[in-house]
Amino acid sequence: MNQESFIRIRAELIAGKKTLPDIVSAYISRIESVNKDINAVTQLHGKEALEQAERIQKKLESGTAGPLAGLVIGIKEVLCQKGYPATCGSRMLADYEAVYDATVIERLTEQDAVIIGRLNMDEFAMGSSNENSYHGAVKNPHNLSKVPGGSSGGSAAAVASGMCMASLGTDTGGSIRQPAAYSGVVGLKPSYGLVSRYGLIAYASSFDSIGPLTHNVDDAALILKTIAGHDERDATSSSLPVPDYPELLKNLEPGIRVGIPEEYFENGLDTEIRENTLRIAAELEKNGAELIPITLPHMKYAIATYYILATAEASSNLARFDGIRYGHRADIKKVRVDLKNEENELKEQLRNQPGGEEQIKEEMARMDSPMIRLYKQSRTEGFGMEVKRRILLGTYVLSAGYYDAYYGKAQRIRRLITDDFKNAFSKVDVILSPTTPTTAFDLGSQVNDPLQMYLNDIYTISANLSGICSINVPVGKHSADQMPYGLQIMADAFHEQKLFNAAKLVENVVNGD
Amino acid sequence: MSVDTQFETVIGLEVHAQLLSESKAFAPVSNRFGSAPNTNVTPLCLGHPGTLPVPNENLIRYAVKLGLATHCKIARKSIFARKNYFYPDMPKGYQISQFETPICYEGYMDIETEERGERRIGITRIHMEEDAGKSIHDQDPHNSLIDLNRAGTPLLEIVSEPDLRSPEEAGAYMRKIWQMVRYLGVCDGNMEEGSLRCDANVSIRPVGQKEFGTRTEIKNLNSFRNVERAIAYEVERQKEVLLSGGSIIQQTILWDPVEMKTRQMRSKEEAHDYRYFPEPDIPPVIVTDEMMEEIRLEIPELPEERKKRYVESFSLSMDDAEMLTEDRPFSEFFEALLEQGARAKPAANLINTEIRRILNERGGTIAGFPVDAKRLAGLIQLREKDAISSSAMQQILEAMLDSEKDAEALAGELNLMQVSDSGSLEPMVEQVLAENQDEVKRYLQGKVGLIGFFVGQIMKKSKGQAHPAKVKELVEKKIQDYA
Repeated sequence: MNQESFIRIRAELIAGKKTLPDIVSAYISRIESVNKDINAVTQLHGKEALEQAERIQKKLESGTAGPLAGLVIGIKEVLCQKGYPATCGSRMLADYEAVYDATVIERLTEQDAVIIGRLNMDEFAMGSSNENSYHGAVKNPHNLSKVPGGSSGGSAAAVASGMCMASLGTDTGGSIRQPAAYSGVVGLKPSYGLVSRYGLIAYASSFDSIGPLTHNVDDAALILKTIAGHDERDATSSSLPVPDYPELLKNLEPGIRVGIPEEYFENGLDTEIRENTLRIAAELEKNGAELIPITLPHMKYAIATYYILATAEASSNLARFDGIRYGHRADIKKVRVDLKNEENELKEQLRNQPGGEEQIKEEMARMDSPMIRLYKQSRTEGFGMEVKRRILLGTYVLSAGYYDAYYGKAQRIRRLITDDFKNAFSKVDVILSPTTPTTAFDLGSQVNDPLQMYLNDIYTISANLSGICSINVPVGKHSADQMPYGLQIMADAFHEQKLFNAAKLVENVVNGD
Repeated sequence: MSVDTQFETVIGLEVHAQLLSESKAFAPVSNRFGSAPNTNVTPLCLGHPGTLPVPNENLIRYAVKLGLATHCKIARKSIFARKNYFYPDMPKGYQISQFETPICYEGYMDIETEERGERRIGITRIHMEEDAGKSIHDQDPHNSLIDLNRAGTPLLEIVSEPDLRSPEEAGAYMRKIWQMVRYLGVCDGNMEEGSLRCDANVSIRPVGQKEFGTRTEIKNLNSFRNVERAIAYEVERQKEVLLSGGSIIQQTILWDPVEMKTRQMRSKEEAHDYRYFPEPDIPPVIVTDEMMEEIRLEIPELPEERKKRYVESFSLSMDDAEMLTEDRPFSEFFEALLEQGARAKPAANLINTEIRRILNERGGTIAGFPVDAKRLAGLIQLREKDAISSSAMQQILEAMLDSEKDAEALAGELNLMQVSDSGSLEPMVEQVLAENQDEVKRYLQGKVGLIGFFVGQIMKKSKGQAHPAKVKELVEKKIQDYA
């Protein structure tokens, strides 16, 4: 597979050994030949990408190109790009064309990145297998019978299969890191608030983060530097200055304190993954790191907490998809006819019963108005199973009488989990763990078992609950199925430089450097 | 309950004040009334995916200002919340509001009515929120129309304690809020356009009963008169229900100002579960000491203080001071006249009589009065110097409305300057006395009331320009020559 990193290609472009139009053409051919099997790319912007390439090539030659000149990147369909469908993997938005550019898109193109196309995903970023998509499932490039992970499955598979140098994904509970682990690429979830969410179609607003999936840590650092930083269009975006991550990576610091959380190495973790993770930790120690056992006692509540809070936010965020102003709208004529038929049926049934007229009146008053029925029908047709499941769950936990028991309690646990990390980061620079308990599973094997599916995010989800940053670094393939898996590093919020430093140390160990 | 049961009325008001702000609550878009439908909108107001609300700083500052002026406590940290419900004029499927932690709480407002005198009305809370769009159901026979210009307009909701005891008190309270928001410059108070409107929670209970009765909520009252009428109607309706042995059903009702009655909108069973939860897109609103002090300094002199000052420093009557301070632009206009050198009393008189009359007849606002303070002060001074009569003053004022000229020039053009120098008046006086020997004789015999006759004759001769007091003085002097 084409595993060329942006940093290497950029060096060749600057040296004049290659030209950008040639590179872009090669990626287009690659997509045309392998995507039909993998189904990661939903929209190929071949013509526009070539035009961009021509333009940027001239800039490269005149020495005026931006720092991302040469980068060929794919974008998860959850991010708005003006003039292109932002389907979010949903029938609801199948015909919806974005009316503005997300901040990250603006920043990428300003720095001369070439956007080659848009990438498949689980519907509204809900899922861990990329099987919940209106465009069909994405296949794992390492084995087409396996899932690539989700929800940024298209983003992970596209990079892993060499259809682009890098991609942007989004991570709400592990949606960048888990597919990165399953597909064998680097996947970064930045600290909450570091990258503007403007133009990201929200799943769970207090969790959603946008980050890059790449072939190596250096590429991730370079892309993050470009997309990070304050945006006045996102009130939750941080005003902290953005460090020069690539520059800082030039001087690696091996003498770091690495936390090993006991809760991440317990039951359910594959033995080989466990041993290899600990072996890499030991290598780091050999190179000067200090390994410190730590505990994150509230970790066991992370999944339950997440599925209450994230679905609550989702139930509200997805309310706007009502088929009124845009998006899928059910056939209003059919809605009217159906209502009329129901009315007639009702009258037929009750007419000859004692007190029937009264009953008919009561039942009729209880029936939906055409407007309400149109909402219901549009949403019934527009959303897939998993999305409906989460909307219902979220609506339930916010309902009068249940709020305190679910949402309120989950909020308190979220704080405890955040405090756990705060404590840990007072003693260590980074925390090291596996990214997932296993390697990628077979397509279709967990479709009917949502709880099993949710457990895929067991190691990744608490980073989203606490807003810290986290990265998946691929560490090799499992001897049993020859599928890749990864190691996860977590660092305190807005300490991405520590994260990159540790990630690169791990990468060096894995590469035998 | 018998026919003789005496009831006490209990009312609480929820007032919505649309902010005087160039932009929307959470988006940098204009917020003008009267624009073509669906033109003052952005992807955010239309609820497009991926858009994010960013709170308008004015919204927070105005809320704190109104809170401080109504003696509220200010929450140093308050959060926005989402109120979830489906309606076509609410494009996001939720309204951004505040729920558990309003920015202002536990304040009060003093009101006064004739029937109950001065009373202190508690303000439970003031919170920030965005407005919905407008649904129009009566312009197309088949469809409802939606105008989203108003969607996302910043609002403050001012919630009173159930302290009001009569429709008159509710009206008085509403007027006080109207006056306050206009003084503070947070809202234009235009009730017809819906910038200021209120919902009224109304219940009744037998006098002496501690517990509140079941309440109904009257929605969207948009004039002082409708507030009073709707509540009065609802109180009577509730009395009738209770006296006929029925019970009040908790429900939301609408006031129909044409039919002059209320009708049910929805009952409690159909009440929404709004599923409030903290708005994750907006961080908590922090009000610092520094910000509070800054805003405190921005609060202008408020009507009560101002009224007191007018009475104490300018010896104005209570009524004059009240009239001037009731609506801020009138008192601003008054102060502008003083700045231009007019004396307080005649300035107050001119505004409260002539200018109000002209505004009533011609329409328009005091701020847009066609004659500026400088020219009006000149007019007042002319009258103060006795250079014109009071009726001339009215004539000149009328003339000024359609002219750019100052009072003195117009008085000259219209021949309205009073003649008061003896040199010009004496010949006229002598002539009149000579022509009316009989009256002179009777006057000298003690019929002193005839002085009015002489003055009148001279005024006629001077075509009204003679200064009557001066004439009278001259007549009294000259007539002695015939003694």
